[in-house]
Amino acid sequence: MKTIEDLKRLREQVQADSRVRNESSKQIIVGMGTCGIAAGARDVMSAILDEIAKRKLEDITVRQTGCIGMCEKEVLVDIILPGEPRITYGRVTAADIPKIMVEHVINGRLVKEMVVGKITE
Amino acid sequence: MRELSLHILDLVQNSIEAGASKIALQIVEDIQVMDTFLIRITDNGRGMDEATCKSVIDPFVTTRTTRRVGLGLPLIHMSTQRCNGHLTITSTLGSGTVVEALYQHSHWDRPPLGNIGETIKSIMIANPELYFTYCHTVDQAVFSLATQELIEILGDLPLTHPDVLIWLHNYLSSNEMNLYKNKNLRGGVQNENN
Repeated sequence: MKTIEDLKRLREQVQADSRVRNESSKQIIVGMGTCGIAAGARDVMSAILDEIAKRKLEDITVRQTGCIGMCEKEVLVDIILPGEPRITYGRVTAADIPKIMVEHVINGRLVKEMVVGKITE
Repeated sequence: MRELSLHILDLVQNSIEAGASKIALQIVEDIQVMDTFLIRITDNGRGMDEATCKSVIDPFVTTRTTRRVGLGLPLIHMSTQRCNGHLTITSTLGSGTVVEALYQHSHWDRPPLGNIGETIKSIMIANPELYFTYCHTVDQAVFSLATQELIEILGDLPLTHPDVLIWLHNYLSSNEMNLYKNKNLRGGVQNENN
């Protein structure tokens, strides 16, 4: 799994089962301003991507955003599930990610003690 | 920030916030001849006028509402200064910015590049619509990759597909490692990837 040829092969294999993919995607947004990065945003991002790979989650979009002014609460991670308010988690570390992914992203239950904001759109 | 790869992530975020749709990242390590370590980021964002361009390395000049500038550039400026290098920012209002950070490669105080693979992976995955190109050279060895190359192969399959993530991770880490094959670094950092 290390060359461009491998990626092309992977593409052909995956094509067959991609039609079952869910259209309503879940979004995860990581704060990647100077403050977020200094607080460990890249490790958090890596942990999220590792969880997606490990748990074979196919309906997730991952985005990054800049500083939103809550620098002291970085790393900030927002989760938006379809039809639900945007939830912001604060002071997130890579070690918190498995819990947030399993509880919130997969099972739809908030990890209440880490929530710092909620925006209804 | 202890790793140059974290500063790079920061600079790329600056470019994104400046509205760039194309960002080129070059890392040029010349160990044998010049003993230099150069990071160059070229974007097609909105750019800055001359006065702003000069003021961005001052940490106390910051547009706090947007955070277009802040601590990021001053921190990089400071780290280059410590290592017989310098930070150069060339910008044209309306057409883009080039940021160059130069270090003496073997300088004791030069931060390690760190985990550049994770930086590239984050940038590509979290900004799939960005025309991002990456090129890393270590003396004669070259590794380059563009988001578009991957998207052309993948078609409608998203970059966040679990199998693609695993492939990208392996592809980046093995190619980065190859760049340092048979290298005997003179500086304090023996293994740039750990």
